[in-house]
Formats: sequence, structure tokens, C-alpha cells
Amino acid sequence: MLIKRPDDIAPSEITPRELFEQRRAFIKAAGALALAAGLPAEAWAREAFPNLQKSAYSTLEPPNSFRDITTYNNFVEFGFGGKSQPAERAGAMKTRPWTVSIEGLVQKPRTFAIEDVFRIAPLEERIYRLRCVEGWSMVIPWVGFPLNALLKQIEPLGSAKFVEFITHMEPATMPGLRQPFLDWPYTEGLRLDEALHPLTLIAIGLYGEELPNQNGAPLRLVVPWKYGFKSGKSIVKIRLTDKEPKTTWNLAQPEEYGFYANVNPDVDHPRWSQEKERRIGEFFKRKTLPFNGYADQVAQLYAGIDLRKYY
Amino acid sequence: MQPNPQQLGVLKATLFALCLVPLAQLGWLAWTDGLGANPIEFITRHLGTWTLNFLLIMLAVTPLRHITGWHWLIRLRRLLGLYAFFYALLHFLTYLWLDQFFDWAAIVKDIAERPFITAGFTAFVLLIPLAATSNAAMVKRLGGRRWTQLHRSVYAIAIIGVIHYWWLVKKDITLPLLYAVILGALLGFRAYRLSRERQRQLQAYSRPR
Repeated sequence: MLIKRPDDIAPSEITPRELFEQRRAFIKAAGALALAAGLPAEAWAREAFPNLQKSAYSTLEPPNSFRDITTYNNFVEFGFGGKSQPAERAGAMKTRPWTVSIEGLVQKPRTFAIEDVFRIAPLEERIYRLRCVEGWSMVIPWVGFPLNALLKQIEPLGSAKFVEFITHMEPATMPGLRQPFLDWPYTEGLRLDEALHPLTLIAIGLYGEELPNQNGAPLRLVVPWKYGFKSGKSIVKIRLTDKEPKTTWNLAQPEEYGFYANVNPDVDHPRWSQEKERRIGEFFKRKTLPFNGYADQVAQLYAGIDLRKYY
Repeated sequence: MQPNPQQLGVLKATLFALCLVPLAQLGWLAWTDGLGANPIEFITRHLGTWTLNFLLIMLAVTPLRHITGWHWLIRLRRLLGLYAFFYALLHFLTYLWLDQFFDWAAIVKDIAERPFITAGFTAFVLLIPLAATSNAAMVKRLGGRRWTQLHRSVYAIAIIGVIHYWWLVKKDITLPLLYAVILGALLGFRAYRLSRERQRQLQAYSRPR
């Protein structure tokens, strides 16, 4: 019996190192040429972030593939009709120039150019679990920095209790905005102490590169202990308030989507169970963990709160 | 247009093969790595959608027959009905096996507590007697009238099927609404004909002789 399978590729067919390195140099040169010709950088390559700091908050679980993370998305501005729609449609969204204004109950309201946002704090790689309210999950290697670094810049007033995140509207490229199902712009919110928690991330990239548009370019929120819909994408405005912000899914279906939306296997969605989840790429469902496995870090934020009532 | 028995045979064989295309499509996508990041969800949705499609196609036979006068179309209806059951069965098995992996406690809880699953399960269970009594021998055994009465439950099944779909979508009800409108038209056609027929009989009866 022949156990060893013959090789598919003859050694002679393997590209020699010198040759493929030459090719890479050529591609780089072509890229530089494209830049020089005034093409937007996004047209040929995404900005890569070298020298990322590792984070103690990263999970050791294996991340999902770049393909899974960038082709299976909920980004309702680009359609409600399927998880592949954002990847198919979001490419047309303009992410430069981009500004983020921070206003409301702050000492120093300010509008940041996106380039300045990228320089606010040392960039870290944060490998987080993401649990969607629909019952699936992924592990994603984000690039970003804690939201509290951004909030420090504008100095929240003592009266500020909540943070509201308002996201981009671009009717020309976002067919979802014409649907009457949700109030636009997509708006999310956190309590100020949740926003200041070191786990709460402003993500600007994944897998070491700038965020693909369907994942919320050029910057998004990532709150890993809450269901994914809390983590607003393509943010343009952050407002500090003294009242609980009205958030999009909560306004649409308050009995199904709460303001808190902490991952909780004991509180079912009215229409389906939240006890288990399917990790994308796995066959068997796994048990969902309280606070998506971040209970040690965040449970104390909710001490004394009835999580069944404040779901 | 009236096909001879031989032509009808060819037509049936063609339709039989055609009805397997949605299944073959899954096979092809699985082979070419085209089922996306969440293949189980994709397969479940695909099979569910095609169950509804076949129910509606099957319910379109009678209206089409009356509009076109092609009464031989009725000869294709059983095939379409059985395919609706076939896809419903695959959809149900996908849920039992791939999605829940025979976690009976979770399945029973789902059926008891999740309205959209209760609806889907009900529709599936109600389809079983219809599939089981689809052959000529059973028609004979039940007698035409009882058989017809039993098989009228397919109207309720289709309605429950669309409700099952409606209740599971998150917010965008466009597609369930489309199914509901088509189903409404197909059932409305029958109601309209029935009421006209009643009227005609009533007039015939009250006419002075």
C-alpha cells in the first residue's frame, strides 16, 4: 500500500526566493507609483500598523480567519438582507476625509481628524471574543486603543453620566438608510463608567491592517462583554450626556434589545435562547459565558443591579 | 394544449429533476467552499426558503389551471407537494442534527417556548399525514371526500409556514411580507371562485321554474 502521496508540485515549479522577492519589490514600487499618481491610498492597499503592543486583555483562543471576519457582518446601513451584503456594498463608502467630533458635557469639545485619532494612544492588538445577539460568535484580533484615552483628551464634566455614539450616514452608498425599520443614524450608548473601562476599545484595524469598511472603518467601538450591536461602526460623533441615550435597537424593539445588552446566558432573547452560541468555524455549539467571558473584569460594574430587568 | 401520456411522462421526469436543483446547489456550494462563514445557518435558511417556495408553487397549480384551462397541470401537483415535504424534512433534520446536534432538552425547550419554532414544527408535523396519504391507494382507502378534506389542511400549513418565517426575522419583514402577499393571492383566488360558485348556485336555485 502506498502511504506517501506524491507531491503535487514538482520542486522545479516552486518560485525561487530571489524571484518572488523581486516581484514583491515590483509590487511595492507599483504601489508607491500609484500613491505618487495621487490615487487614494485605499485604492491599492490598506495602511498597515506595525509594532503593535500586545495586550494582557487578549484571549489566547485562535482568531477567526480574515475572510470570515470580513464577509460575515451585520452593518444594517448596507442592508438587512444577508451577512454578505456589507462586504459586497461597503467598499463604496468614503472613509477619507473623516472627522470625529466629541461634544456635550465636556471641558474641551473637539473635532478630531481621523489621522489624529490614530495617534492618540499607542496602538495595541486586542484579541477579543465577539458575541452577536443572534447566537453566533467570533474571535477577532482588533487594532486600537482604549476609549478612555480619547475621553481623557476632552475631559468629561462631572455631570456627564453617559456616552452616546452616533454613526455615519451616507445615503448614496447605504441602501439600508432607505428602509423604515430603524431610526437613523444608528446610535449606541454606554454608561460613562462602562465607556471608561479599560476593555472598551476604539478599534481602527484588524489583523494588523486598517479596518475594512464592512467592519466599521475608519473607527468603531468594541465592547466585548456586550452583544455586538452595542459596538457602533463608522463613528462620527461622540456626545457626553447626563441622560441615558436613546439607542437604535432599543428604540426599535425595546422588549428584545435592552440598553445594557450584556452577554447573559440566563436571559433569553424573547424569540431564541442565549444559553449557547455557535463560534463561527466550529460545528458544535458552545456554552455562552456571562459577560462573554469577561465577568472577572466587568461584573463589578453591575453589582446590585437586576440583570433580568436591565437586560 | 394537452400533452399525451408520453409527453406528460417526460414533463414529470423533467420537473422531478428540476426540483432537485436547490439541493444540488447546496452540494455545489459545499464542494466549492461557497456556504459562507456560517454554513449551518446558510443550509437551514436555504432549505426553509425552498420549503416555502414549493408550498407556494404547489398552491399555484389550481389557480393556474383555471386561468389557462390546462387541467393536466393537476397531474404535477402531487410531485410538487411531495417536494415541499422533502425540503421541509431536510430543513427539520438540519435543525435537529447540524444546528442542535440532537440536544433533545434544548430542542423540546425551543419547540415549547420559541413561537417561531413552535410554528415551524407544527407546520412540519401537519405535513406528515399529507405526505403519507399522497399515493393513489390512500386516496382510495380514505375516499375522495375525506381525502380532500384532509388535504385542505395544506392551506393552514402554508399560513403557519409564512408565520414561522415572519417571526424569525430580526426586523426587515420585506421577504416574509412578499410570501404572505403571494399566499394571500393564491388563497384569495380560491375564496373568490368559491363565493362566485355559491352565488351561481343560489341564483340557479332561486330562479323561478
